[in-house]
Amino acid sequence: MNSNRRTLLKGTLAASAVSVAASAGLLAPRAVLAAGWPAPAFSAKGVDASLTELYGSGNAVDAKDIKIKAPDIAENGAVVPVTVSSTIANAESISIFVAKNPSPLTSTYALGSGTEAYIGTRIKMGKTSDVVAVVKAGGKLYSAKKEVKVTIGGCGG
Amino acid sequence: METPIKVKARNKNGVTTIRALMSHPMSVEKKDKKSGKVTPAHFIQTVTCEHNGKVVLTAEWGAAVSANPYLSFKFKGANAGDSIKLSWVDNKDKKATVNAKIK
Repeated sequence: MNSNRRTLLKGTLAASAVSVAASAGLLAPRAVLAAGWPAPAFSAKGVDASLTELYGSGNAVDAKDIKIKAPDIAENGAVVPVTVSSTIANAESISIFVAKNPSPLTSTYALGSGTEAYIGTRIKMGKTSDVVAVVKAGGKLYSAKKEVKVTIGGCGG
Repeated sequence: METPIKVKARNKNGVTTIRALMSHPMSVEKKDKKSGKVTPAHFIQTVTCEHNGKVVLTAEWGAAVSANPYLSFKFKGANAGDSIKLSWVDNKDKKATVNAKIK
């Protein structure tokens, strides 16, 4: 029973966070590129499921022109520096996933018209996993991945 | 109080590179095994960067972005001396905004 409860809590976490935000009037007036915070994509349990929530399609083509710069071995999973860059023309959006995190989507970025396909950030990784970068360009999805070995997990702390 | 956002913006050959460091716990939901007490997650959800009123980047974050998040990105079309505006909103509706000049 305990483990069931835990799963349920994890699943409802993002949903409840957003309903709180919505009731506070946070989501309505946001005049930005994206249409509000994509809660279902953040709570989805797999990379494909999350992609479908985010872009309406889980089919991403492997692309060699996406570069993921991340350490081969991360000593501390709580802080893993990741840089994603791409030479794909007209990139509209970049998303970074950690395949084996309880919720794989870490962050998604909507790029303005003059913004280059380059994002550097630091993410948490629960255990050794592939880091997956997905670039949306011209209505199509492209992806690349890189394995990062984690010696101390960063999702519990 | 600590500055919630530190920004460095630099223009080189027409490309502006923004590097930002935000002060935020970015905590995930935690449950104490003994007491069963649940500490809710607290993280930045949206980071927006504007240049001359035009949005250049919107980042939507989950709790899997590290504490005191770092973000860097590049965009074209700005000149040295222009100002940019960077702001974030977290899941408790806390906000922070900072203006910086491009060097």
